[in-house]
Amino acid sequence: MPRILTAPRMARCIGCESCMLACARMIYGSFSPRKSAIQIRSTGGGMGRMAADICTACAEPAPCVEACPTDALTSRAGGRGMTYRKAECIGCHRCVEACPIQVIGWDQEEDRPIVCIFCGQCVRFCPHDCLEMVEVEVK
Amino acid sequence: MMLNQELIRILHVDLTTGESRVEDRADLFRDYLGGTGVAVRLLDERVHDDQDALAPDQPVVFAIGPLTTIFPVVTKTVATFRSPLTGEYGESHAGGRLASALRYAGYDALVITGAARRPVYLLIDGEKGSGEVRPAEAMVGMDVIETGRVIRNQIAGAGHRSIIRIGPAGERGVRFANVNVDTFRHFGRLGLGAVFGSKKLKAIAVIGQKHLALPADSRAYKRTYTDIYDRVLHTDAMKKYHELGTPANVIPLNELGALPSFNLRQGYFGEADEIGGEAFAENELITKRACAGCQIGCIHVALYRRPFAPGWEYESTLVAYDHELIYAVGSLLGVGNRSDILHLIEEIDRAGMDAISCGTALAWTTEALERGLLEPEQFGGLDLRWGDAERYAQAVAALVRGDTEVGRWLAQGEVAAARHLGGADFVTAVGGQGIAGYWTGYAHVLGHLLGARHSHLDNAGYAIDQKLDPYTDEAIVARMIADEAERIVQTSLAICLFARGVYDLETISQALASVGIQRSAADLQAMGERVYWERVRLRERLGFQARPEEVPRRFYETPTPRGRLTPERVARLLEIYRSRRAAAG
Repeated sequence: MPRILTAPRMARCIGCESCMLACARMIYGSFSPRKSAIQIRSTGGGMGRMAADICTACAEPAPCVEACPTDALTSRAGGRGMTYRKAECIGCHRCVEACPIQVIGWDQEEDRPIVCIFCGQCVRFCPHDCLEMVEVEVK
Repeated sequence: MMLNQELIRILHVDLTTGESRVEDRADLFRDYLGGTGVAVRLLDERVHDDQDALAPDQPVVFAIGPLTTIFPVVTKTVATFRSPLTGEYGESHAGGRLASALRYAGYDALVITGAARRPVYLLIDGEKGSGEVRPAEAMVGMDVIETGRVIRNQIAGAGHRSIIRIGPAGERGVRFANVNVDTFRHFGRLGLGAVFGSKKLKAIAVIGQKHLALPADSRAYKRTYTDIYDRVLHTDAMKKYHELGTPANVIPLNELGALPSFNLRQGYFGEADEIGGEAFAENELITKRACAGCQIGCIHVALYRRPFAPGWEYESTLVAYDHELIYAVGSLLGVGNRSDILHLIEEIDRAGMDAISCGTALAWTTEALERGLLEPEQFGGLDLRWGDAERYAQAVAALVRGDTEVGRWLAQGEVAAARHLGGADFVTAVGGQGIAGYWTGYAHVLGHLLGARHSHLDNAGYAIDQKLDPYTDEAIVARMIADEAERIVQTSLAICLFARGVYDLETISQALASVGIQRSAADLQAMGERVYWERVRLRERLGFQARPEEVPRRFYETPTPRGRLTPERVARLLEIYRSRRAAAG
């Protein structure tokens, strides 16, 4: 069964950005939380609540996979989400535009998308257990 | 882009001309690394010791450090300026998201000089590489919450930006006006808000979205990060800051007789249980918040809910609380009700004032009215009474409006007010600034006087009082200097002092090494001691002297857990300090 990232307990989020820093550090080779596939934002400054913009791993075929003109994005085994192969990517931005919830970021330096690889590093570095990797059954 | 490993990149903005330029300084990095060290040096180079703190040419400096955001709990921005409250050296630290935004905008320091002709705010977008001065006429008189909202709607970079702003108090030159940072944090003490006001600078927004590449071999960095992360979260090193937060101090201090109450006429407060960290957590706490890059989340946010009409009509707002605020508008004013405390914190915060200084000023005023030294008529008819929060809220508004004699004097701080109106014996201030919420003994009082920020955080005198054994004169002074010098290392890295138990010199050295910066623990210690005396020399140039007459009589009247303080012992301690100072050259 595929494992996907979820953010079921965002009411506990303190806005520390640790998850973003973890994704940037462990996956994207960056110190910068901008370079992270999970983005935490407040809904209206300090008085707002915290929200996570994450890939929800659309059921096959995901819109980003459908939009990809090469084999860079393909459906993941198990029918949820996608697999990204940088070598095949031509940097056309179509996946970014296709994402129904605008959670595919753009890596300016590499000129390539920032996509979730469902690795769970952000979960490891969340101090409040807001995030969770879950196994999903696909019918 | 790589980390600025061998230089300090400074953005200079001149508000008079609206122009900005970038300067790289390798010498500053080599000698000071960042934070306090860099901010002391940059202020020293630019401050005018012959001009008033609010003169247009006076600079404001902000600095972060090489570890900012890329290690846990390295979250602070250090600001230096000439203080309009004391007329002396001003240094203030704030968390929030400012340090992170500056880091990813690509700047290690920001220097602001000049004054705008009309109200403005400054937008710094790292992608654009310069500062943009924008009109802020429409924000004049706005409180800090509304100002933040308006600017958020005007700029990009959601999730990667910081907005620091002043309220009406800063615009009107209240000398302990603060600068609000991202709603819940502040450059609290010594009046940076009034300096902003004098420059017609309503706010600074920083957008930081740059990529900074990890070193080619990032294994040491990742391992060191994880080690520190686990120590922050999975040991007791920072537990108290996360659980009850700083208000955990209220009840233990009260039990020691070290909780200043009723303008420090006593060191205990009968209603301490009502206003302690436990009571707030059980009843009002709704969430905790963190500065960007801190996993602790010490910001304790309360729901302040109150009825406004019959028929079960309620209004609610969010208010962040801490020990110092509970003391300053609670025990010190005889206010023993949590809802009243939240009400006062909110009024003071929205107007953009330092809550400690506001509390000590109102406590002095209450006693002056009680003694008949002041008449309510001088304060628009306001007759302050211990514990009467409604009148205190009116007094806060009157202080900001400046339309009464007492209100105008209070806006200068209670030390200046007492100099002109009488009552200097019972100010709860030393070195020109109201004290923090501890009444522990000599090191607390001397720590406030000798500490560079006139802050309890400079040298933790309150902790020295509680732990030092034997409690000898020599040992007290030696510990105060040594602790302040070590804290300079931490604040030069812009590490939050709540993480001082994690970031010992060895750990700092390892963290620096993992990103390619070689400094041994001994190098760091030497740097702290050097900056300590450099900062002392700058303070003296701006008017500081270690004078026993700075200590008000009230401090010799109210007993501490170390007994009643005596002028003779204070004089001896200052003499030891002066001989240390002379030896340092």
